[in-house]
Amino acid sequence: MTTLVAVVKQAFRKPWRLAAETSAVLIALLVAFPLYWMVLSAFKPAGEVRGDHPVPWTLSPSLDSFRRVFEQEDFGRYFLNSVVVAVSVVIVSALIAFLAATAVTRFRFRLRTTLLILFLAAQMVPIEALTIPMFFLMRDVGALNTLTSLILPHIAFSLPFAIWMLRGFVKAVPESLEEQAFIDGAGRARFLWQILFPLVFPGLVATSVFSFISTWNDFLFAKSFIISAPENSTLPMALLVFLDNETPDWGGVMAASTVMTIPVLVFFVAVHRRLVSGLGGAVKD
Amino acid sequence: MSGVRAPRWTPWLYLAPALVVLAGLLVYPIYQLGLISFLEYTQAQVSGGEPATFQGFGNYTELLRDRQFWDVLLATVLFAAACVLGTLLVGCSLAVLLTRVRAVPRLMLMLAALGAWATPAITGSTVWVFLFDPDFGPVNRVLGLGDFSWTYERFSAFALVFFEVVWCSFPLVMVTTYAGIRAIPAEVLEAASLDGAGSWRIWRSVMAPMLRPILIVVTIQSIIWDFKVFTQIYVMTDGGGIAGQNLVLNVYAYQKAFASSQYGLGSAIGIVMLLILLGVTLLYLRLLRRGGEEL
Repeated sequence: MTTLVAVVKQAFRKPWRLAAETSAVLIALLVAFPLYWMVLSAFKPAGEVRGDHPVPWTLSPSLDSFRRVFEQEDFGRYFLNSVVVAVSVVIVSALIAFLAATAVTRFRFRLRTTLLILFLAAQMVPIEALTIPMFFLMRDVGALNTLTSLILPHIAFSLPFAIWMLRGFVKAVPESLEEQAFIDGAGRARFLWQILFPLVFPGLVATSVFSFISTWNDFLFAKSFIISAPENSTLPMALLVFLDNETPDWGGVMAASTVMTIPVLVFFVAVHRRLVSGLGGAVKD
Repeated sequence: MSGVRAPRWTPWLYLAPALVVLAGLLVYPIYQLGLISFLEYTQAQVSGGEPATFQGFGNYTELLRDRQFWDVLLATVLFAAACVLGTLLVGCSLAVLLTRVRAVPRLMLMLAALGAWATPAITGSTVWVFLFDPDFGPVNRVLGLGDFSWTYERFSAFALVFFEVVWCSFPLVMVTTYAGIRAIPAEVLEAASLDGAGSWRIWRSVMAPMLRPILIVVTIQSIIWDFKVFTQIYVMTDGGGIAGQNLVLNVYAYQKAFASSQYGLGSAIGIVMLLILLGVTLLYLRLLRRGGEEL
């Protein structure tokens, strides 16, 4: 009886599933289209990019746009600056966040909940609004026009979310492991760096994506703090240079955008599984 | 906790670097922002030509009297509300769709969403502007809009930014909601559909209540992100649109401070934003508490 119901249901469902699957595929194509168009336009020869009838393919791919991008405006240097800034922020904030997340998950102490709420609230701060005081702060410590003026603020801005998200990963390490380590005579520092750190490391990498993206993305601080030292500028500034003209060089903009997007995309795809479980953890807690 | 052996100050030792950084680079700037919002602070004060004078609520009263400020505030709230609704609607619908399809279409949709999610806001903005470009973009060709300029009119420019924002923020909602749905025991959904509940009914009466904690988190996250959208507006409408028609609070504060050197006024706008987001945060905490969540 049940099997009959199941069979009928199955037959009934088939057209529905077909419709669902078709729309899933169509939506996937639609969602992927902007990225496809970006890469495609980067490889199109200049004439086709500026053509009246844009077509979603090209028969004569060329590297001209990329060549223009890398030859103009010290693009390579900007790329390097962006990498230096993002990598510094990722490493420093990951280490600091790891320590802080350990403190709030593996210890009970007064003000713990208050601190957690503060970390949560800190994520809400509109960092763009802080550009004004941050500008004066950087000026007063003499960091304006240097990469430090980009690294310092981003460490501070990525910490609250990193701590919040890392909690789940630190919590997931069983406490019995900690007790075992102490019984075996490991000190607190040893447990922290040689046992807990390697176990939490994958989570640390996943969390880092967010600090990486927000730093990699930033053009506001770069625009406001790097005023008279163009050699210390970052990628987004170079991108905006291409865009700012009366007649933007779209091929160049798309090539530069492609160069800027690919590192993030690679990073993201590499860690996305942990990212999802980490977000799940952050959400559940 | 194996805190037996740990001295009481150990957690504070671990927290010290984070607290130092946050105090110096987050709390102090917020304090400064508040301070500057009470000062007459323009180019003359920045260069040290004139001393900064205390103005009391001068900047704030100027804001409240400024019609453009109210206009921008309203636009910000409406735009953020539209983006939040759009993101949640698309994200949740696609999460449900994902549960109805087999592995290959699911993987395709997941990968595409992952790509949109990972795209930096600034490159996402340039690509979308290019897609909708009146001269060289494919969208106007396909829709037969000729050389209709999306950024010329206020509404269509906001619509264009709306598309980009939804595109890059629905994946988070989709992925987390999908993970949440997968965590619901299959028997529960089975039972509901055996009882003759349709898709919409199952969503409303079974899934949504069970997903409530997740939905609260993604909703609040979206409100916060969309309320402080900066990059997309700045890049896509070239700093706030023609005659500032597409300004939102964040960009408005920035323009006041850095384009017209009214740092005091810009800071006052920043404080207004901060207070609004603080309100959202408190609401969030209340919802979390009511749900019996332990931090």
